[in-house]
Amino acid sequence: MAFSVDLLIEAVIFGLLLGCFYAAVSIGLSVAFGLLDVPHVAHPAMLILGSYGVYLLGQYGVDPIVAGLLLTPVFFFLGAGLYRMYYETFEKRGQSAAVNGLAFFFGLAFIIEVLLVVAFGVDQRSAEAGYIGGSLKLGEFRIPFRLVVAFGVALVLTAALTAYLSRTFTGRAIKAVGQDEAALRLMGADPVRIKQIAFGIATGVNALAGAMLIIVTPVEPTMDRIYIGRTFCVVVLAGLGSMSGTLVAAIILGVAESIVLMFLGASWAPAVAFGLLLAVLAFRPKGLFGR
Amino acid sequence: MRFWSICAGFIVLAFGLVQSPVNDYFFFAGFVILQAIVLATAWNILGGYAGYVNFGVPAFVGTGAYAALLVHLSISGPLIVQILFAALVSGALGFLVGLISVRLRGIFFSIATVALVFIMETLVINWRYLGGATGLQLTRPTEAWPFDGYVRMLFWVMVVMAVIALAIARYIQDSHFGRGLRALRDSEDAAECAGVPTLRLKLMACTVSGALLGAAGAPMPMYMSYIEPYSSFNLVYAVSALAMPIIGGMSHWIGPLVGAILLATIQQIVTVTISSELNVLVVGVLLVVFVIAAPDGIVGLYRKWKASSK
Amino acid sequence: MESILEVSKVSKHFGGFTALSGVDLRVAQGERLGLIGPNGSGKTTLINCISGSLLNDEGEISFKGKAISKLPAHRRTCLGIARSFQIPRPFTSMSMIENLMVPLSYVCGITGDQAEQKAMEILSGMGLAAKARTATNQLSQVELRKMELARAMAAQPALLISDEAMAGLSGSEIDEVLEILLDMNSKGITIIMIEHIMQAVMAFSQRVVCLDAGQIICEGTPEHVVADPYVQRAYLGD
Repeated sequence: MAFSVDLLIEAVIFGLLLGCFYAAVSIGLSVAFGLLDVPHVAHPAMLILGSYGVYLLGQYGVDPIVAGLLLTPVFFFLGAGLYRMYYETFEKRGQSAAVNGLAFFFGLAFIIEVLLVVAFGVDQRSAEAGYIGGSLKLGEFRIPFRLVVAFGVALVLTAALTAYLSRTFTGRAIKAVGQDEAALRLMGADPVRIKQIAFGIATGVNALAGAMLIIVTPVEPTMDRIYIGRTFCVVVLAGLGSMSGTLVAAIILGVAESIVLMFLGASWAPAVAFGLLLAVLAFRPKGLFGR
Repeated sequence: MRFWSICAGFIVLAFGLVQSPVNDYFFFAGFVILQAIVLATAWNILGGYAGYVNFGVPAFVGTGAYAALLVHLSISGPLIVQILFAALVSGALGFLVGLISVRLRGIFFSIATVALVFIMETLVINWRYLGGATGLQLTRPTEAWPFDGYVRMLFWVMVVMAVIALAIARYIQDSHFGRGLRALRDSEDAAECAGVPTLRLKLMACTVSGALLGAAGAPMPMYMSYIEPYSSFNLVYAVSALAMPIIGGMSHWIGPLVGAILLATIQQIVTVTISSELNVLVVGVLLVVFVIAAPDGIVGLYRKWKASSK
Repeated sequence: MESILEVSKVSKHFGGFTALSGVDLRVAQGERLGLIGPNGSGKTTLINCISGSLLNDEGEISFKGKAISKLPAHRRTCLGIARSFQIPRPFTSMSMIENLMVPLSYVCGITGDQAEQKAMEILSGMGLAAKARTATNQLSQVELRKMELARAMAAQPALLISDEAMAGLSGSEIDEVLEILLDMNSKGITIIMIEHIMQAVMAFSQRVVCLDAGQIICEGTPEHVVADPYVQRAYLGD
């Protein structure tokens, strides 16, 4: 594709919106992995699960965003339960179980993937809603409506979560529990319960994030694989423990992917997230804003 | 000594088998099981002995397959050259991964290995000479003296490879090198301070593991008569290669052998009788069940049973 | 007496935080040095820089006259620096005696029966012989601490750094560990002991160095350092 400034600007705008969307799908991982240190490689799989949940409700005429909100409490309890299981089986056992914890989540991710294939088949599924077709005209550029919707929801989600984590007691406890469990215990809070709530929130977010995913693009069961790259890229680039950094990192990824997509084509785009991730791990493992 | 005589006997037996009028399907299925043994054993050298969990097995296996293809396409090289070149390239890839391990531990290392799968896959997709995204059809040579067919020869080659892989794993386990790996798995910092040159050992383990994985991938293009990126770099390999040593037991070289035979056989049965999707489910469920209930694998269960029945 | 260890203007930063700032330290051959300081003063960071678990950002470290600042930890251990960890880090898949076999083979090149014999010697000297074949997850805290020291001993060090080996131990257990360290010193091993337990520091050290906020604030005999007003302020606050 020949280079032109117009195309570049279009790619950047698209990338900005895409980036905000990536922020929303990564923020759950920011909490589960960035703050709690849980090797949750099954997080993207739960994201796709959320998308399929939204699709299922869509079959009954439920609007995707509403479906996402409805599924949030379900996913919250799913996440809390999952953490409890992880804690009882692995965290209690200590260091020697590190391999096993990783293997557990990896196995879980594949189980979810296969169950989705069995239930829904391998074909792509999309969501239906009034705001999905059509686009917005911004000066010379057309921006698809669905991206704008996703952008809006993403911002609200990120802002809400960041506010929760810094303003409420439980939220701050969640931020603290990754760094100093002992101090938290002294304050009378139960670290395990806090982590359970945190993991529940991280998973609950996946319901709404999954709704956005299926709004933006059709989904199919093996999508969790590329999203491992995207979400971990965002979380690592942001720096573990940084919520606000997630947005910045996600936008960087979004713009990078968009530019590669525009000028090098779709066959190179999947490597961007993973390539960026490797680059960050190699040169600046702490990320941009890491603790 | 007993180990070597069993190995030699097995190789001879396998040779006799391929000359016999046994159904071809047996060798097709047998190839898969033997390949599983090599993959599980190779994975365990880095994962079980050193504690570095490689999620990127498909990157090495796929690289081995495509390296072999390169030899076949460019110089019409014989299988042995394909395998050696594949081992070389994958070994080098393993070495690079080992260098990554300097900065990355635990989940970061594992995620980096997943990244490798996608990057290698993307590289191949954009490499028209090797077939690109659509892949290539290949014809198996008809001549395969002294064997009665190319597939039979591939089967026998896999037998030899499996024996070599097991011998290497067994040697490493009981050696000075193996002790160092165990120390670094248990506590990398303490191992360094106890005089263990952790970086050197990690590089060695990564290179050996990578080379074996690549060698196992080398016969794939000829076995399938077909090669394309999506199946060559399929992440499903990653779950299987992980599940077999965990189910069998990671601390002893027999573990991956047991796990591979068990799991690969179950997978073959499920694929043939039910569906190929369900076979991934079976692997995933068994992995999760063992990781929760029997983290030391079948070998671990056996040891506990022996200890309690005394 | 000549210096076995020379630390010269060593600094270490973690992002924006300075853990060590221009630290100068000389340790004489055969000396018993106590290293004290409040939590977060940089003691473990200094030890990590000496042992090689961390690389110092500025300054030089030399051991037996040889510059070691750029050497990885395992090379320094082979040269003769051994350390124990504040929170014990046993090789969990191995029994106690197998733990010792690692440094015996990797540092001293001793394997097989000879190594077993040497390991049993060391363990007997610490009263651990009975538990030699026990798995590490069945050992008590004090046994784990002693094993840390035994493992360091197995590397046949010239310099041993003991990082809070006595933390959380009872009175008699502290005496046991103290005796082990004194015994090692009598065999010619230079010892740097990091401790919070003042009686142990006073009883053990010939010289004490106090660290606060990454800098050495006092150096001298135990009595002198403990009486120093800066040291008291660092520990007790204003």
